[in-house]
Amino acid sequence: MNIVVCLKQVPKKDSILRIGSDGKWIDERDISYEMSEADAYALEEALRQKEKHGGEVIVVSLGPERARQSIKEALAKGADRAIHLFDSVFDTATDSAAVARAISAALKDEKYDLILTGLQSDDYGFAQVGLIVAEQLGLPSATIVMEVQPEDSAVRVKRELESGWFQWVRLPMPALLTIQSGINQLRYATLKGIMAAKKKEIREVKAADIGLTSDDLKPGQVIERAYLPEKTKRTEFIEGKPAEAAAKLVEKLRFDARVI
Amino acid sequence: MSQGILLFIEQRDGVLNRTSFEAMVAAQGIASATGEKLSAVVLGKAIDGVASEAASKKLDAVHTVQDDKLAEYTPDGYVAALKQVVEKLDPRFVILSHTYQVRDFAPKLAASLGKTFVTDCVGYRVEGSEVVFTRQVFQGKINTDVRMVAEPPILASFQAGAYRADKAEAGDSAAPITPFEINLTDVQIRTQLEPKFQEAKQAVDLSQAPLIVAVGRGIKSQENIEMVQKLVEALGAEIAASRPICDNEWLPMDRQIGSSGQTVSPKLYLAVGISGAIQHVVGMKNSQTIVAINKDAEAPIFDIADYGIVGDLFDIVPALTAEITRVKSEGK
Repeated sequence: MNIVVCLKQVPKKDSILRIGSDGKWIDERDISYEMSEADAYALEEALRQKEKHGGEVIVVSLGPERARQSIKEALAKGADRAIHLFDSVFDTATDSAAVARAISAALKDEKYDLILTGLQSDDYGFAQVGLIVAEQLGLPSATIVMEVQPEDSAVRVKRELESGWFQWVRLPMPALLTIQSGINQLRYATLKGIMAAKKKEIREVKAADIGLTSDDLKPGQVIERAYLPEKTKRTEFIEGKPAEAAAKLVEKLRFDARVI
Repeated sequence: MSQGILLFIEQRDGVLNRTSFEAMVAAQGIASATGEKLSAVVLGKAIDGVASEAASKKLDAVHTVQDDKLAEYTPDGYVAALKQVVEKLDPRFVILSHTYQVRDFAPKLAASLGKTFVTDCVGYRVEGSEVVFTRQVFQGKINTDVRMVAEPPILASFQAGAYRADKAEAGDSAAPITPFEINLTDVQIRTQLEPKFQEAKQAVDLSQAPLIVAVGRGIKSQENIEMVQKLVEALGAEIAASRPICDNEWLPMDRQIGSSGQTVSPKLYLAVGISGAIQHVVGMKNSQTIVAINKDAEAPIFDIADYGIVGDLFDIVPALTAEITRVKSEGK
C-alpha cells in the first residue's frame, strides 16, 4: 500500500509570537519551526500502515528551504522519499486553494492508495488543503479520522463526530483522509533512521516543473491585518513568590469571587 | 450578478444543529448591513420540522432539498446537492457554522465551485458592499482580518460560540418554505456508512461539578498528574483535562473538556498548564470564575481568565494545595 503524507512546517508550539513590521503576519525572525502536530500524527499513521501492509510512504511538503528540516525528520522516522515544493513562485500561494493546486499537480503522476494530511495546521488552521486536493484529484474523503483499517480495495475509518459521537465509514481507495491528533503514539527518529535518511531522495519541485505559473497560485483571500486579540475579560494577574501568590489567590477566591 | 446571502442549516436525524442559529446571527447582520436578502437551505429527508424551525426566524426564504441520497449525511451527497443550489441561486455569500460536518464537506464544495472559503471566522465587518472577515490563527493567539479577492459566491464559516444562538432574530411571520429541485441521479455516493455510536458511556458527568481543576500539556508527564490530584483533593473538586492529556491516556477520555469532550460551566474552573486552544475553550468559557496558571503570559487562556498566575506550575500548584489545606484546617 502506497501512502502520500502532506506535511507542513509551522512555528514551534511554545513560540512567543509577535506581529511583524508589515502588520500582516508574525515576525518570523528568531522563530524555531517544527512539523505541524496533526501532520506528525498523519505521518505516524502512514508509517504504521506501511509496517503492517508493506508499500511506500511518500512525503510532500510545500515550504521554504527550512521545511527541508521537517522533511528530513519524516525520512528519518521511516518515510521512503519526499517531494519538496520549493520555489519563490509558491510564496504567493497563501490560501488553501493555491497550496492545494500545487500539491495536486505534484501528485498527478504518483501512484498511491491513500493520501493522509493532518486535520488542520497549527498556524493558519484553514482545515481545507487536504479536502481541496481530494476534490482536485477526484478522490473520496473522510475527515477527523481516529482509526484506519485498510481492506482489499477499500479503507474503513473511524470518524470523530461532535460531542463524543463516532462513526465508521468505508471508502474505496484511493482516498484522502485527514487525521486527528492523538490517533496513535508518535515515534522518535532513531540514530539508524537518521543515518538511513541521508540516502533517501528529496525531489525539489519548482512551479514550472508541474506546469504552474504565479497566475495559477493567486490566493482568493488575503490577510490585510494581523493583531493580538482583544481580551474579553480583564484578567487580574496575581504576582509574588509561589506561596505568596497562592495565599493571595485563595483569598480572592474565598472573599471576592466566593467560589470556595 | 451574484446577489443575496445563503445560510446553510445543519441537521442530524431531523434535529437542527443549534450552531446554525449562531451562524444565522452573523448572516442576519451581514444581510442587514449590505441590504441583501437572506435565505436558508436545509438538506436531507424528512426535514419539514427543521425547515419550519428555521422559517420562524427572520429570513426571506427557506429552501428545502430532499432526496434519498441525502437521507444520511455524506460528503458526496452534500457537495453535489449544494453545488446545484449555489450555482442556481448564485448568492454573494454562503454562510455556514464551522462544525465537524461542515469541515467534512465545505472545502470540497468550494473547490468544486472554484470559489474561496474563509473558515472558522469569529467576526466580520462590512465596508461598503464588501465584507472583511476576522479569523484566528495560531490556535487563537493572533487574529487576522481577511479580505476576499475572489469572485463571489464567497463561502464563510463561523466558529461555534462566536455568536449566541438566542440572538438570532425571529421573523414577523414565518418565512416561505419552498422545495428546491435538484437532480442527483448521476451522483455516486462513495462513502458507505455504519451506524453512529458513542464510546463507552461517560462515567463522569463533569457538567454537574461545582469545582473543576483541569490539567493540560504543561504538566509534562503522567507522574506529575499526582501533584494536581492533591490540589483536587484539597479543594474537593473534580479533575479534568485538555485533549492531549487524554490522548496520552494520562487521564481517561471521560475527563476531557472541549469540543470533542464535555462542556462545563462550574463555579470555579482552575486551568493548570492549559494554553487555551479554542477547542478547549469552547468547553469551559462559560465557567463562573476562571483561574489560569501558566508559564506563558501570552497564552490565550489568560484572555478569558478572571485570575491569572504566570509562573512555574510545579512551584505554584503545591503552594496552592498547601494554602487551601491550611485554610480549610482553620475551619474558615
